[in-house]
Amino acid sequence: MSERSTIEAVLRDEYGRIVALLARTLQGDLELAQDAVQAATVAALEQWPDNPPDQPAAWLVRTARNKAIDTIRRRSTWSRKAELLKAVTQTEALMPDIDDSRIPDERLRLICTCCHPALSLEAQVALTLRTLCGLTTLELARSFLVDPRAMAQRLVRAKRKIVEAGIPYEVPEPGALNERLGAILHVVYLVFNEGYGASTGEGPVRADLCDEALRLGELLVRLVPDESEVHGLLALMLFQDARRSTRTDDHGRVVLLRDQERERWDRSKIATGFAALGAATRRGPPGTYTLQAAIASVHARARHPDETNWNEIIALYDLLMKADPSPVVALNRAAAISIGHGPAAGLRALDALTEYHSLERHHLWWSARADVLRRLHRVPEAVAAYRQALTCVGNEAERQFIEGRIQRLLS
Amino acid sequence: MQYLLLIYSNESEDLMPGQDGWPEYMAEYAAFTQGIVETGEFKGGEALKPPATATSVRVRNGERLLTDGPFAETRETLGGYYLIEADNLDRAIEIAGKIPTARFGTIEVRPIASYG
Repeated sequence: MSERSTIEAVLRDEYGRIVALLARTLQGDLELAQDAVQAATVAALEQWPDNPPDQPAAWLVRTARNKAIDTIRRRSTWSRKAELLKAVTQTEALMPDIDDSRIPDERLRLICTCCHPALSLEAQVALTLRTLCGLTTLELARSFLVDPRAMAQRLVRAKRKIVEAGIPYEVPEPGALNERLGAILHVVYLVFNEGYGASTGEGPVRADLCDEALRLGELLVRLVPDESEVHGLLALMLFQDARRSTRTDDHGRVVLLRDQERERWDRSKIATGFAALGAATRRGPPGTYTLQAAIASVHARARHPDETNWNEIIALYDLLMKADPSPVVALNRAAAISIGHGPAAGLRALDALTEYHSLERHHLWWSARADVLRRLHRVPEAVAAYRQALTCVGNEAERQFIEGRIQRLLS
Repeated sequence: MQYLLLIYSNESEDLMPGQDGWPEYMAEYAAFTQGIVETGEFKGGEALKPPATATSVRVRNGERLLTDGPFAETRETLGGYYLIEADNLDRAIEIAGKIPTARFGTIEVRPIASYG
């Protein structure tokens, strides 16, 4: 425990659990809980190297609680002062003999509050990463490419709304929990995709978001083990993350699924993904995350692109279109048809998507169209479609990929 | 905490007295109101006359300016409100969702500020 890196790892693991517990004692005041845990971690970094505690988590709970009491006492003009002090000190009797294994896990409360639909989606994401994962405001600002002051504002506003609008620090009733769980899974997957897609900007910081999302996914599996989609989302993220390092080449260029070095896919993540997918399907009819995970699993099973079972993938996309129709799903289904049933069928499927007008501004639709036209040897039309894709592409790697395709067609 | 539940709807979609379904609609409102009176959460509430009856008042440089109609020209206008006492936002949202107009209009849930 004397190594700084070991201490940092412990602090990181315990951060969300301690904030969640303290916030409960403090009647849902996340700001106060977080500041107190922050102060406790600073104290731990100073004291633990010489004086390591037997029960690190209990040490942090005690220290953070004392810091919170100090803060409350200092705020002389605070209407809730007496009420909060009473709430915190009431638990004092329990504290001396608490050990790490007996610290209750209140993180479901915390994540339910952070992902409350009365908060904007951006605020939900920031708050979850800040309070549950312990990312600093600066790290968040860097990860989401916003000004640190703007990120700080976003967090302050969200925490203020929780207090002022009376968002409860509670796990909703079973019926409402399902609805909230949807919001929570959405936030976690959004964090994953921010890291995975890196649609704007680049750099190692953003890849860390994938790890945070996976950690949150694993946490949710422990907190709500009976929910099928919780396992489904974890499986989906694992299958995708297994391919992370093969998705771009040394120059940061996009490598398509069929060109990826499959022997470099992370087999242990894939194995864990299959276990999670099994857990999801055992617990109920597949939801959208589970279906997407099932599609990803078909790719993961194929050691070579030609071994891919495209009929299975198309059938899964059909189910996904029934469960949760969206332009992106429709597009991916059409792309799967273009491989499974040939480019002519693919072109028909793509052109049938006219009901989704937004797709005409989406580079993926144009790229997919260009690709089938290329395979049908309709070169001028393919080039024109790639050029359309260039007008709406979002990141540099994809731009380079499309430009490469145009050059090859024209040479 | 106290919350004001502001009931917004599009006049053209809202039911008017004399139309088919009006008595049932009012009966639903009566049942809803009775429900929150019984739980002790009801603190007050009224329906408003249509937006056409509104006058907006503002004072600029000491001069009082009057305009015809509600403050903002929006598709959905304020038609009434409830003032409730609820444990927290989740309960307030649950109550708001039971207001009959929520099915086609919008209920805005606003916490009441307390100063002091």
